[in-house]
Amino acid sequence: MTARILFLGPLADLAGAAEMQAQTPLDWAGLLSLVNAETKAELQNERINVACGGKVLAVKSELMAQDGDEVALLPPVSGG
Amino acid sequence: MRDIRLLTNPFVPGMLIGPFANANPGLGGICTFVGEVRGEGGVEALELTHYEPLTLPGMEELADTACARFGLMGLLMVHRIGKLRCGEPIVCVSAAAKHRRGAIDAVDFCMDHLKSAAWFWKREKRADGWHWIEPRDQDHADLARWK
Repeated sequence: MTARILFLGPLADLAGAAEMQAQTPLDWAGLLSLVNAETKAELQNERINVACGGKVLAVKSELMAQDGDEVALLPPVSGG
Repeated sequence: MRDIRLLTNPFVPGMLIGPFANANPGLGGICTFVGEVRGEGGVEALELTHYEPLTLPGMEELADTACARFGLMGLLMVHRIGKLRCGEPIVCVSAAAKHRRGAIDAVDFCMDHLKSAAWFWKREKRADGWHWIEPRDQDHADLARWK
């Protein structure tokens, strides 16, 4: 029972990997407990969005990933 | 005629724009913007990553909004992903409408939204390695014009 966690853009450098597997069910606190301190601090920044199952969550702290879900951690887009 | 795509390989905008114009018989005007990778500041290459489940659906949604808001007959929106070299086209937006204003405004609208609201992350390769491009205040100001 796992979910796939994806670190998009610059978050992959911070996390040290582009993706990881996590046990489900997985909530926001559970996800934060799996990453390094720097990544944890950045993920809590309001500019980071979270998508689960292809939908961006309105409130990321309400994450509840189930078996087979893909959770994408989305930093602000680049512009420019 | 609507054509919304992500491309992994280099493209020639003229090859897309010609057929697009032909696919919208009776149009009054076409406006086209092509963005290319700037070679300034020692940039050697640009890499675009995206998130498949969100990026293309987001572009389709943007196209829906633009078509409705500006009364378009057709819209072409093509964006590159992957590694690009300086001078390569990165984006092409072309809008066909009965009158010029709708076509011109639609392209401006789509470009502002692609820049600051579409799910793309860019990094530049310079002599000392890869650097992620951070959002700029200007991009948000550009987007705010359409609120």
